[in-house]
Amino acid sequence: RHSHLLELLKRTTVHGESNSALIIGPRGSGKTALLNHVLEDLREMNQVRENLLEVHLNGKNPFLSGLLQTNDKVALKEITRQLQLENVVGDKVFGSFAENLAFLLEALRRGNRTSSCPVLFVLDEFDLFVHHKNQSLLYNLFDISQSAQTPVTVIGLTCRQDILELLEKRVKSRFSHRQIYLMNSFDFKEYIKIFKKQLSLPAEFPDEAFAQKWNNNVQHLSEDKTVRDVLQKLFQHTKDLRSLHLLLMLAVSAVTTHHPLPTAADLQEASRQHSSDSRANIVHGLSVLEICLIIAMKHLNEVYDGEPFNFQMVYNGESNARASQTLHRSLPSNYPFSLPPTVTEFQKFIQRKAHSMYNFEKPVVMKAFEHLLQLELVKPLERPSARAQREYLLMKLLLDSSQIMEALQVYPNCPTDVKQWAASSLSWL
Amino acid sequence: MNTRQQTKLIYSWYGKPLSSDRKLRTSQYKGIFITSESTKTETCIQLGDFILVEGVNADQPYVAQLMDLYEDGAQHKRAVVQWFCRLEEIPQNKRKLLKREISAQEVFFDQILGYDTDIAAETIIKSIMVLPLHLGEELPVITLNKEQTFYVKQSWDGKCFKVLSPDTFSKLKEANKKRGVITNTSKAFVPSDILTPVKKETDSVLRSATKPKNVDMEIESKHSASKSSLAKERHSQRVAKNDIKTPTARKKLELSSPTRSKGRLLGSEVLGLLDDDCDAIAPLKTSATKRKVKFTSDTSGSPPKIPCSNDKAKSTSETAEHHQRFSDTIRLSPYTRVKDFSGKDKNLHEKDDVLSSVGYQKPSSQSPVLTPRSRRACAQKTSALIAEQISLLESHGKLAAEEDFLSGSDSSYSSSSEEEEDDDDVPCTPEKKTKSSRVFSTPKSSRKSAVHTPVKTVKKTPSQGTPRTPRNATPEIPRRIQAAQEPASVLEEARLRLHVSAIPESLPCREEEFQDIYNFVESKLIDGTGGCMYISGVPGTGKTATVHEVIRCLQRAAENDELPPFQFVEINGMKLTDPHQAYVQILEFLTGQKVTATHAAVLLAKLFSTPGPKRKTTVLIVDELDLLWTRKQNVMYNLFDWPTQKHSKLIILAIANTMDLPERIMMNRVASRLGLTRMSFQPYTYKQLQQIISSRLKGVKAFEEDAVQLVSRKVAALSGDARRCLDICRRATEICEFAGEKRTPEIVRMAHVIEAIDEMFSSPYANAIRNASLHEQIFLKAILAEFRRAGVEEATVQQIYHHHVALCRMEGLQSPTVSEIMAICSRLGACRLLLVEASNKYLHMRVRLNLGQDDVMYALREE
Repeated sequence: RHSHLLELLKRTTVHGESNSALIIGPRGSGKTALLNHVLEDLREMNQVRENLLEVHLNGKNPFLSGLLQTNDKVALKEITRQLQLENVVGDKVFGSFAENLAFLLEALRRGNRTSSCPVLFVLDEFDLFVHHKNQSLLYNLFDISQSAQTPVTVIGLTCRQDILELLEKRVKSRFSHRQIYLMNSFDFKEYIKIFKKQLSLPAEFPDEAFAQKWNNNVQHLSEDKTVRDVLQKLFQHTKDLRSLHLLLMLAVSAVTTHHPLPTAADLQEASRQHSSDSRANIVHGLSVLEICLIIAMKHLNEVYDGEPFNFQMVYNGESNARASQTLHRSLPSNYPFSLPPTVTEFQKFIQRKAHSMYNFEKPVVMKAFEHLLQLELVKPLERPSARAQREYLLMKLLLDSSQIMEALQVYPNCPTDVKQWAASSLSWL
Repeated sequence: MNTRQQTKLIYSWYGKPLSSDRKLRTSQYKGIFITSESTKTETCIQLGDFILVEGVNADQPYVAQLMDLYEDGAQHKRAVVQWFCRLEEIPQNKRKLLKREISAQEVFFDQILGYDTDIAAETIIKSIMVLPLHLGEELPVITLNKEQTFYVKQSWDGKCFKVLSPDTFSKLKEANKKRGVITNTSKAFVPSDILTPVKKETDSVLRSATKPKNVDMEIESKHSASKSSLAKERHSQRVAKNDIKTPTARKKLELSSPTRSKGRLLGSEVLGLLDDDCDAIAPLKTSATKRKVKFTSDTSGSPPKIPCSNDKAKSTSETAEHHQRFSDTIRLSPYTRVKDFSGKDKNLHEKDDVLSSVGYQKPSSQSPVLTPRSRRACAQKTSALIAEQISLLESHGKLAAEEDFLSGSDSSYSSSSEEEEDDDDVPCTPEKKTKSSRVFSTPKSSRKSAVHTPVKTVKKTPSQGTPRTPRNATPEIPRRIQAAQEPASVLEEARLRLHVSAIPESLPCREEEFQDIYNFVESKLIDGTGGCMYISGVPGTGKTATVHEVIRCLQRAAENDELPPFQFVEINGMKLTDPHQAYVQILEFLTGQKVTATHAAVLLAKLFSTPGPKRKTTVLIVDELDLLWTRKQNVMYNLFDWPTQKHSKLIILAIANTMDLPERIMMNRVASRLGLTRMSFQPYTYKQLQQIISSRLKGVKAFEEDAVQLVSRKVAALSGDARRCLDICRRATEICEFAGEKRTPEIVRMAHVIEAIDEMFSSPYANAIRNASLHEQIFLKAILAEFRRAGVEEATVQQIYHHHVALCRMEGLQSPTVSEIMAICSRLGACRLLLVEASNKYLHMRVRLNLGQDDVMYALREE
């Protein structure tokens, strides 16, 4: 693949042949790295260096941070800037998009194969250019690459596998259908090798003795059972090398002068951090009252198989009948059955456990509920409107029961009866 | 020039028909009146006059000479003209044949046969001057009305420039002389003025009682100024110039009008006789100026403000002899006009004066009337300067008077011609100025002449704006430093030829279509009519290539004079940012104007709906027509409406992909105007594709016969897109080159082609799934399981998560957390293996597969 791309670009620069290609691969598979590598190789060749003009769109350039060229107009301006054609523009102000396009096309049309400097267009996040109106930028770029004008090579980088289906038929016909697929096709052994290579110090590190020691340690680590387990787990989750970098960063950041070499335990800790569930972490920080509310919601979810609920159902302070009424009012008419008394979960629990907890006022419980709403552990089905009372807004719980149980396990000083109540579902009745 | 747009003009014949042809029911006339309704002024244009004719570009009317006027059977007023062409009308590439700078005022005697010389009389705008010059001559002074005077030095026959033949030269010159006569007789045509000349004259004198003073003061101030610094002079000059616009200034001009007629004579005569002896001109000029001086002294009588009025009078009498002598010589020459002039010397004074006063009474007269006078005014102004100069000279000494006088006027003439030069090339004014001052014998007069030049230059430089970068700078990609390498091996050569951009000598397999389009356009060209043709076909079937080939052939034919010349305009819907930009581009191609879309639409509509006499047929290619669709479809409507107009001379070739585009997206009225001339390009069959490849590879042995056949069969089965076919072949050569580095087979075989085809047409999904991580694969399995359970091809992440956990338990793996599942889900979503909702719904986010369940199963099972 590397040689293919290198060959392609070399032909553009040396022979002035126009080309177009797409580099497709999932995120973190090294598309940009490949391209940069090839460009570096190209620049080392004397002949090429002076001859190639590069235009990078969307990323790559230090001044651009990706996804910048949101429409063709901005893209054209950027191309003009990167081709350094502004000096020709001079004091002429580009009024309209149309003028701009005509100007650029004119510029590119003037050249021919043998005398003009080849131009390399790199379109990062190629799939976003596809959504531009009429795809006219792509059409024009590909059209130039298919006609006897300035030699042009268009390289698109994208992670979408279905990119060709997004191209309009005329644009597609003009694209050369040269696709370079990048896949993380390595297996676990290679993964370990990559791990070692990433972590070991390079030969030109100034303190040789330390480098030696460090590298030996890395070698040991790679053979260690626990480290392998950690890596295996990550490998099974994702082959993206960026997540490996992230994991190693976490581990290496534990290194201090007193603790000069990373250990297996560091890695394990890093892995734990890396793979922890963010929502469960939020639950850790909740008050007992909020946990109780969540448990009540979990029970409701189990009873009604994930149907939405409202605050009144969770907190039923007055009577079952009232609750069922409100529910009937607020739910669609096709709601299958009348409400059983279980809606009063929370109330019952509170009543029974009155000796161990305060009997909370309803507004206090409401406040706790709203806090959950803000944390997005609970999400309203529709946008809250001014008309509807907050108590009767239909909600959904954004936590899985396993997450709740897990969070309860590690919750500090959790009252036992709360835990019991959480564990007991329908049987509790 | 825009008067025509604003006021309605009435055209009527002047005089009785000269001759008439009974059979053809035509009658010829010798002149035509153009009467403006709003201003009640009329101009008479006669045979041989030079005229401006309405053209494509409103700012640049055509220049022509009126040769014949007649009324045809249908009572239409027609005119036959001899065209002159402006520099702008000459193709860019031919302009360099001239090898010299051309001023805007220079035109070329048009000898192109293709143009229709028979025009509607209503397109005549007004009369102008066209003066013939010899090639080496400088253009004479043009003062105010630059638009009114043109010069012709060479003729242009569409291929090269030639010096005017003596015959045409003399004819043109004669036309100018005649024009002088005619204008005068046309003045005589106004009878009341002649009947009461004396009365009118006195009247005018009375009315202009204060005028002489004005003049004198004017001269005085200038005189004194000439002594002071140059800057001051400039200032006073400017004041004087400004004065011209005010009524008093005009009176002043009228007062001295006797020179006017002479002055005009100067204009035409002097320039016409440039090649003649210089001596002959000088007396004429002086006589003219003298005349003026005399007049001022006559009318103003006593005002002794001019220091040497007596001297002047003397000099007048002296020069009168000169003048007399000159007119004698003139009398011998065929210019009867001059004779007339000098003969009725006094009479003319009166008459002219009267005329001028009449002219003054009609200040609202339109430009055709106004302009000649202002021109004269300028000529007269220079003469006024000369007169002053003379007076100064004479005051210095009578002895040297005559000689100096002659030389002075002579030099003043040369200075004026140099001023002309200055006008032409502004940047180098300073040098010229010094040069002109060197010519003069007396320092004062030199300064005088200098008065003129700086004013000119000051005025001109900003308007021309030469130092700034040219407005239409053409952008260019920098040149490459090293030359592109030429192909070295057979494969490289083949690859070059297989590139889509390579233009083949002929287009194989499209001969029939080519012929059809060619015939269509050719017939319309010959008929000089308009028409539309709609061409459809799937991408890569050679539509645009064929049409371009047709245009190339037609252009070649036109160059060889087998066809009338035509203009070729191309627009591409994809290259426009907005459908309405089409107007702008077309207009820019045709006339070079840059205007807004709405204005361009108006101009184009006018252009195509009015009979343009000198217009070539336009062939317009509209590529990617479907993108010109707007909700009201007015762009398409206009495009297809123009060819149906009688005088449009517009041929449209519209190209699009869909065959039934007119029926599908066009309104009835648009579709009906498009007409039924349609052509559809069928996708290439495998044989045709094979032929295309082999024709491109003629003489290069790079492909196995079977390999070519395989490619063409494969592509023909899929799309019939020639581009795809060529791309595959190109890729195959690369693969071959890459694989063959060890053993150098140097020929593309089946295996290479198959590899290339696989590379291009293989589905990426299976490969992507196979290379996904373990949990990603389990996730996909969980999706399949959930789909099977629910029977719906859509599931929430929560549901899938439960399946996933169950699957992990079965495999003995540690089950992932929800965050990890979400990460997996979004990764697969980014690759578009899955279609996912916006992620703010978290666990309730719905997921779908972007490919068939079977494909996923197939990809997963293989492991």
